[in-house]
Amino acid sequence: MKEIVVIIGGGIAGLEAASQLLKLGYTPIIVEKSGQLGGHVAQWNRLFPDMTPAKDLVSDLIASSKDANIFLNAEISFINRLKDNYNVMLSNGISIISRYILFTTGFRLFEAQKKEEYGYGIYNQVITNADLEHWFNTGKDDRINGKEIKSIGFVHCVGSRDEKARNSQCSKVCCITAIKQAIEMKEKFPDAEIYCFYMDLRLFGKKFEDFYIKAQRDHGIHFIRGRVSEVSENIDGNVIVKAEDTLLGKPIKVTLNLLVLMSGMVCNPDSTRSASMLSLPIDSDGFLKSSDNVMHITSSPRNGIYYAGACTGPKTVPETLAEARSAVLEIHSRIIGQQK
Amino acid sequence: MFGFRISPSSAINLDNVSRDRFSELCRIEPDALRCMACGSCSATCPAAEFSGMSVRKVLLYLQRGKEEEAFKIMNNCMLCGKCTMVCPRGINTRHLLLTICRIYEKEDRR
Repeated sequence: MKEIVVIIGGGIAGLEAASQLLKLGYTPIIVEKSGQLGGHVAQWNRLFPDMTPAKDLVSDLIASSKDANIFLNAEISFINRLKDNYNVMLSNGISIISRYILFTTGFRLFEAQKKEEYGYGIYNQVITNADLEHWFNTGKDDRINGKEIKSIGFVHCVGSRDEKARNSQCSKVCCITAIKQAIEMKEKFPDAEIYCFYMDLRLFGKKFEDFYIKAQRDHGIHFIRGRVSEVSENIDGNVIVKAEDTLLGKPIKVTLNLLVLMSGMVCNPDSTRSASMLSLPIDSDGFLKSSDNVMHITSSPRNGIYYAGACTGPKTVPETLAEARSAVLEIHSRIIGQQK
Repeated sequence: MFGFRISPSSAINLDNVSRDRFSELCRIEPDALRCMACGSCSATCPAAEFSGMSVRKVLLYLQRGKEEEAFKIMNNCMLCGKCTMVCPRGINTRHLLLTICRIYEKEDRR
């Protein structure tokens, strides 16, 4: 019998898991709440550190998982536990009986307007990292097109490492994303002065540090250690940013034509909702709690329920893909073990 | 005089910073941009504990347009080169300081 695996979420983790399950001869069923596959990565333009086009990655993943059953625009209505199986009821009226559920529900981007002092949604020239990727992809944004861009700022840690925003975790990828976007903007606006306001630069990944050195030395991007405290708008519609240069111990002020907020990764309320139907534990950061954070990051404390990707915390693209493969291997070993 | 005076602002306004001389410095010494402010240079500097000399601070002051402050602490450098030995990014700090003197002195002499 071909074992069915229900995958909740059609982002890169769900697609990679589906393609690996297909290779092993199982029947993956992807449930995706939106109308398209690829999740957040499908909205991105290029990926660090090699500037790989995001759409190539997503289209490769979609091609390799095309034989999976995919339900788009479908949400989880409820999940209940039968004797050995789970009954997953979808919003489109379809019910699936399966012994295995893989959560690949991912993260949600922090809503930058919640940090009111940064002025997103209030001042015209304040945008987010996601808005900037949208502009890279479509070329459409009146806040950039037709404007004189001579100075650009990037604010790291927007909604991350922020207990008042109820997200004490580091979102991991924003430092390197800010550097990537700063370099891309410098290439598009070579005369612009570009400032990155950071608390710490956390460049842990392969080639991330090289990227940082490149931004400093080859592109002359200014790094200012200090969290932006407030943003205001002047009469020309430009924004004035205030921070402390903590390396110098002096207050610092600069007028910018464009300010980009690096919105962080926060837990996805949809994944918390589905998890609550199975009484799955939630970790202190709001993300799903693995049965162990070192050895069993893809396992939940319940039989047959597995996790992959950013549903358990902020992850990079390669980490997410590796976890999807790892979760599939765990499911495979369990199925083999049960057949004996 | 009455007992009041206006304190000058110590704030840095990046809009008014002239970058001409620092850009010239970076053309000759591109490594000036690579400092990551780790503080190894200041920690090893034999003049630091007596005078506050710090290559990190010199570079930062120059980048923020505070040239007077930079020269004030730079005057205490003995050019021993210990900072060059410890810099993790391999910046030739001793050479860099000499280049700073050359570029910034040119205009000050008038």
